[in-house]
Amino acid sequence: MSMPYNEKVIEYFQNPKNVGEIEDPDGYAKEGSPACGDMVSLYLKVDEDTHEITDIKFMSYGCASNIATGSIITEMAKGKTIEEAKNITWKEAAEELGGLPDLKTHCSVLAVDALREAIRNYEERHGLGQEDRKTTEEVVEERLKHVMNPMKGLDVLKTNIINNIKVDDGHITVEVDLESDHQFASAIKEDIMEKLEPRWDVEEVKVIFVDE
Amino acid sequence: MDMQKDTIYLDNGASTKTDKKVLEAMKPYMFETYAVATSDFAYTMGIEAKEALNEAREKIAKELKGGSQEIIFTSCATESNNLALKGVAEKGDGDHIVISKIEDFPVLNTAKTLEKRGFDVTYLDVDEKGFVDIEQLKDSLKDETVLVSIQHGNQEIGTLQDVEKIAKICEEEDVLYHTDATHTFGRLPIDVSKVPMDLVTVSPHTIHGPRGTAALYIREGTPIKKQMDGGFQENNMRAGVENIPGAVGFAEAVDLIDEEENERIRKMRDDLIKGITSDIPDTVLNGPEKERTPQNANITFQYVEGESITLHLDMRGIAVSTGSACFSKSLEASHVILGIGGDHERAHGSVRFTFGRFNNEEQVDKVIKDTSEVIERLREISPLSKKEE
Repeated sequence: MSMPYNEKVIEYFQNPKNVGEIEDPDGYAKEGSPACGDMVSLYLKVDEDTHEITDIKFMSYGCASNIATGSIITEMAKGKTIEEAKNITWKEAAEELGGLPDLKTHCSVLAVDALREAIRNYEERHGLGQEDRKTTEEVVEERLKHVMNPMKGLDVLKTNIINNIKVDDGHITVEVDLESDHQFASAIKEDIMEKLEPRWDVEEVKVIFVDE
Repeated sequence: MDMQKDTIYLDNGASTKTDKKVLEAMKPYMFETYAVATSDFAYTMGIEAKEALNEAREKIAKELKGGSQEIIFTSCATESNNLALKGVAEKGDGDHIVISKIEDFPVLNTAKTLEKRGFDVTYLDVDEKGFVDIEQLKDSLKDETVLVSIQHGNQEIGTLQDVEKIAKICEEEDVLYHTDATHTFGRLPIDVSKVPMDLVTVSPHTIHGPRGTAALYIREGTPIKKQMDGGFQENNMRAGVENIPGAVGFAEAVDLIDEEENERIRKMRDDLIKGITSDIPDTVLNGPEKERTPQNANITFQYVEGESITLHLDMRGIAVSTGSACFSKSLEASHVILGIGGDHERAHGSVRFTFGRFNNEEQVDKVIKDTSEVIERLREISPLSKKEE
C-alpha cells in the first residue's frame, strides 16, 4: 500500500518536535492565514553576541505536511547562526523528511517562510543585515507578498487588492481595494500591520480602505 | 490488508461496502446467465438475461412509484446527471437552466459545460443551513428556462431540499425538474407518483449495492436527447451493452432497503452529533439539525485542520472525509461550506461522518472518544486555540 506521506513524515506529524511558544521571543513570525488554510507561528531566541539560535518553537494550524515541515525546520535551525538558518531551503527540509507530495508544497513552504520571517523579524528589531535597507515602496511590496487574501488563497498583490503604497520618511500608507466593513477588512489590515510595523525605520503604518 | 477488517468506515456518503446478498444475486449473471439481453427471437440465455434486466428495472421503478419503462440504466450517478442536464438542454427550446450553488460536481460541472456551450445558468443561493432560496427560484424562472436541477439531499452537509415544493413550482411554470437523489435514495422515500419530478438520479452504491451501475428516472413524455450513442439499448436512450449483473445487484440493494435500518442509522448519527458537540468545545454542526439525510453528520472543529484530523483518525482505524482545501484534489475549500456562507476557516476544519448498514453503536462511542482525543491533541499545537484562552 502506498500512502501519500512516508513514515518519517508521519512520525513527525504524530510527534512533532519543538512545539510551543516562547515568551518574549527575540524573533517571531506568523505565516499564512487561518482564512486561506494553513498557518504557522514561529518563535526564536537568539544569542545576541554569536547570533546563534538557542531556542526555537512553532505552532501549526495545518495539515500533516505543514506540521512535519514545522518540526523538521525547527530541528534543522536550532544551534545554527541566523545567517546559516536563513539559507535552509524548502527543498532541504523536504529532503530531510524523505520527500513530500507535490500537491503539498504550499502547506510545507509556509513553515520555511515562517523561519525566514522570524529571522527577518529578529534582524529588523536589531537593525541587522539587509534590514539596514531603508523601507521603500519596493520593500513594502516584498513584505505584502506575505499577506494573504483570504478570498483567494493568494497574496494581496497577486490578487490586485492593493491600490496604492506610499512611503514617506517612516510613515507608510497602504490603500486596500475593499470597503472597511468588508468581511476580511480587519483581518487583512492586521496582517499588513504585523508585516510592516516591526521594521527598524518604520514609525507608523496606515491601512486605508476605499471608503475612508 | 487485514487491518481493514476492523476499520470503522464512516465515509458511506462516498461509497459503501457491498452487501454479500447483493454479490450473491449478481453472480449467476456472470457465470450462468451471462449473455447480453437479446430480442425475444434469439437464444434462451439472452431471453433470460433480458427478463432479469427487466425484473430489476421493475423493482427500481416500484421503489420510486414510477413505471418500469421510465427507468434508464446508466453506468453511475454522474452519467445519469449528465444525461438529465445535457439531454434536456439539447432537446428543449430555451437556453436557460437553474441549479443550486451547492449541487454535487456532476450537476455543477455539467451546468458549467452547458454555460460554455452558450446556456445561461442561474446558480441559486442557499441559506446558512443549505436551503435553496425558493423566492429566488421563482424569480429566476423565465420563458427560456428548460430545466431546474436541485438535489434532494446534499452530499456534504445533508441538507434536504423541499423537493415537493420545488417540483410544484416547476410544474406550474411548465419547466422540467430534475433532482439528484444519490444521497437520499433508499434512505428516504421518493415518490414520483405524488411529487411531479420529471427526472431523478438514483444509485445503488450509497446503499450497499454495486458500483458501475445507476439509473435515471425519466417521466414518460419528457423531451430528452440520448447522450451515449451506439446501439438501441435502454429504450434507445442509452447505448452500450447492458450491465445485467449490475442491474440485478442494484435491484437486490433495493430489496434490502429497510425502514428500521434507516432509523438505526439516524439514531447512530444523532448520538454521534450529540456526543461530539457536548464532549468537544468549539464545534459547529454544518447543515440543519432535523431536515437532513439520516446518515450524514458534518462538524467543523475550530482551530484545527481537516486533513490532520482525518489522518489521525485513519491511524486509529476510522475513515472519514473533510472539506478542507488541504484534502481536496484542487486545493479548494468545500464549495458547499462556502455556499452556506461559511469562511475558509469553517471549511478547513470540517469533517463529514456518513453512516451505513455495517456501523454499530459501539463504533459511535469509539469515534466520539477518538475524535475528542485527536482534536485535543491538534489544538495543543494550534496557534489559534492558544489565542482564544
